[in-house]
Amino acid sequence: MDINMKILIVDDFATMRKILRNILKQIGFNNISEADGGKSALKILKKENFDLILSDWNMPEMSGLELLNRIRSDNELKNMPFVMVTAEAQKDNILEAVKAGVNSYIVKPFTAETVIEKIDKVFGS
Amino acid sequence: MDVKLINPFINATLNVLETMAFIKPEAGKPYLKKDKVAQGDVSGVMGFTGETNGTMSITFDELCILKIVSNMFGEEMKEINNEIADAVGELTNIISGQARKELEEIGKVFHGAIPSVVTGKSHKLESMTKGPKIAIPFKTDFGSFTIEVCLESKS
Repeated sequence: MDINMKILIVDDFATMRKILRNILKQIGFNNISEADGGKSALKILKKENFDLILSDWNMPEMSGLELLNRIRSDNELKNMPFVMVTAEAQKDNILEAVKAGVNSYIVKPFTAETVIEKIDKVFGS
Repeated sequence: MDVKLINPFINATLNVLETMAFIKPEAGKPYLKKDKVAQGDVSGVMGFTGETNGTMSITFDELCILKIVSNMFGEEMKEINNEIADAVGELTNIISGQARKELEEIGKVFHGAIPSVVTGKSHKLESMTKGPKIAIPFKTDFGSFTIEVCLESKS
């Protein structure tokens, strides 16, 4: 896991963006950006390169699932590692996200250890 | 209302606050609420569809939510502001998600909406959902909060 990788946090709740940012900083990540929804995330992704997206599912305007679908159908972005960080923990949700090409799935509430473990697994370290 | 539908909300609340805020609240005895008013300083409300329609709300006293969010952020929160309101919305969302996961395990599938938050000293919250409303009081060392669950009867 490269500590210098660029990470984009996408969540409509500033609270969750702050909690995730705090955890990532504790791990040692410093290249962290934030978006408050799927639409603003896509705008940022068109301008900057990222190594990992941590996205909420349940957001107004554009859900995390729609964002994932858009990313997977975009030639430039399609291989971007994408982790869903969500309160949606029902089986159908998880299956839908896996079908759409999510790399990992973190169910809220989570501990810092879970976040580290899931990111580690995505990068095979 | 079937008690099996209420326990997932109690379990979810305890799990979420312990994991995110390192607080172990004590759940009181659930009771059937006769009036439509929830009184507190900040509330999160979320609607459900699916098995039946319903709502869930969580209403905090000021001191209680300030301590919870201070623990979540690792910094002291001194007043109810936009950050506190946002945190209550997210807590509502996460508790609802956990409760719906446990409900799914007993064959009851619910879908959640985007939560809303109401703030204001001693505000009153009136539920528009038709159906029995169960209130579950919780105590912490820093104050109290109440969860209310209202699910429409299946016609």
